Amino acid sequence: MGRRLLGDFMTARHHHENAASILLRFDNLTLGYDRHPAVHHLSGEVGAGTLLAVVGPNGAGKSTLLKGIVGELRPLEGSIELIGMSRRKIAYLTQQSTLDASFPISILDFVAMGLWGEFGAFRRFSQGARQRIEAAIAAVGLAGLENRPIGQLSGGQLQRVRFARVMLQDAPLVLLDEPYSAIDTNTMHDLARLVRRWHAEGRTVISVLHDMDHVRAEYPQALLLAREAIAWGTPSEALSAENLLKARHVAESGKTPTDTVCHAAPPLPTEHLLP
Amino acid sequence: MSLLATLADLPLIAPFVEFGFMRRALAGCLALSLGATPIGVFLMLRRMSLAGDAISHAILPGAAIGYLLAGLSLSAMTLGGLIAGVTVALLAGGIARNSVIKEETSLATFYLISLAAGVLIISMRGSSVDLLHVLFGSVLALDDPALFLLASFASLSILSIATGLRLLVLECCDPSYLNHVSRLGPLAHYGFMVLLVLNLIGGFHALGTLMALGIMILPAATARLWVNDIVLLLVVASFTAFAGSIAGLLLSYYANLPAGPAIVLTLGALYLISMLIAPLGPVVARLRPRWHFEH
Repeated sequence: MGRRLLGDFMTARHHHENAASILLRFDNLTLGYDRHPAVHHLSGEVGAGTLLAVVGPNGAGKSTLLKGIVGELRPLEGSIELIGMSRRKIAYLTQQSTLDASFPISILDFVAMGLWGEFGAFRRFSQGARQRIEAAIAAVGLAGLENRPIGQLSGGQLQRVRFARVMLQDAPLVLLDEPYSAIDTNTMHDLARLVRRWHAEGRTVISVLHDMDHVRAEYPQALLLAREAIAWGTPSEALSAENLLKARHVAESGKTPTDTVCHAAPPLPTEHLLP
Repeated sequence: MSLLATLADLPLIAPFVEFGFMRRALAGCLALSLGATPIGVFLMLRRMSLAGDAISHAILPGAAIGYLLAGLSLSAMTLGGLIAGVTVALLAGGIARNSVIKEETSLATFYLISLAAGVLIISMRGSSVDLLHVLFGSVLALDDPALFLLASFASLSILSIATGLRLLVLECCDPSYLNHVSRLGPLAHYGFMVLLVLNLIGGFHALGTLMALGIMILPAATARLWVNDIVLLLVVASFTAFAGSIAGLLLSYYANLPAGPAIVLTLGALYLISMLIAPLGPVVARLRPRWHFEH
């Protein structure tokens, strides 16, 4: 092996990590608000390049889990380990956005904020950046509307705009919190195609979803969450009728199965570590 | 020479050519239009217009203590106002979040206490002329230090907005995204609050406690009825503010009215007219057929 140039080490390591490694590790993770746990004793690993759906009844802690991953919420117990990347590099599409849609800003300027990691608050956008912004807008099917203010968009179009911004963030890990709630099927179809593309590009995508048929059709992996992990594996296994019933039971009883004697759940089998 | 002489005779220009105090008032209004009005645009977009009003009033007792100690001294009143304004700007948000009192009530309490305290403190030492001066400003009596102060605040605001525009816009339109991708969120928030207080103090010297916000909010609201893009909004608002100031000064000159209220009233008239005829106003938006928004 010849002498390595400065910087080669980083690229080599990056490549290595993408090839066969773990991006995210939960270890006995408990997350919650005011000491009321919303996610309970979750352990498991997410491999780099995984396309994972998080499914579960209302109040199961799905959104809480994403908040924990992105660092908005500190674990009450246990840990979330993000391996080989910083939290700021995560692209996170929240369910309830703080986006003020009445703000007078064009689609172009709004989507450009996706390049914040690269250009920050003060650097001038390059010509190449401009082309990437336009390409992202075209990729979500809004070409030609670049100068339209976001206040004039429909809910579906607004979600397309937010997806375009996620695209520009060029993130190794993408978190989507109910990305298709309250939007038309056409938009959902187009956006799901983008998610497939991100997966093909080797990015790790974790989506909180409600539509079981969509998960079965599109996602190689599913985590069924009802405060604690009920099942984690391929959708056909994880979302079996038996597991779904169990999840609903846990959600309705308002107790986790381990509530009476609070101990860590046994570690899940690691079969879900797909390449 | 004859051209200049002809210009000087035009009724719209003559008062400014003839009287130094009118030129000074014009320069002060230009500074406020360039500095305070863009801050007013962000104030409006952050839905903080009323908070701005409360902070504007909070400046009064601070300035009044300065007045008590040093009379109508520019630096003492500026410093007092600055301390009081920044204190309240920092407190106002926190109190609303940590109490059963909701934000608007909390702002109203600040507003009332500040106004009462300010008026009382000034009355302890000064005359009712001084009180009027503080409440309604003295745009026709701006001296060199006051003009220099207004110009400095305006320059600082323009520079800050020009360099931090992306930051200010994102902090305003999608704050949680900003906090996720950057550590600069608090800088944007507190930096903006400081700029707000500085400009309110500038406005306080020219237009007084009760009118300072007028040249910030009214042109911003007017511009919002005409344009839908943040950069255009800043430009149109500044232009509106300056045009309204000139008209207001002329109105006060020819009709012999107090200048501050005349300026604010002119800006108010521009706003009301815009409500009727501007493309984004309620009237035109209703008349316009719906298909216009389809594509």
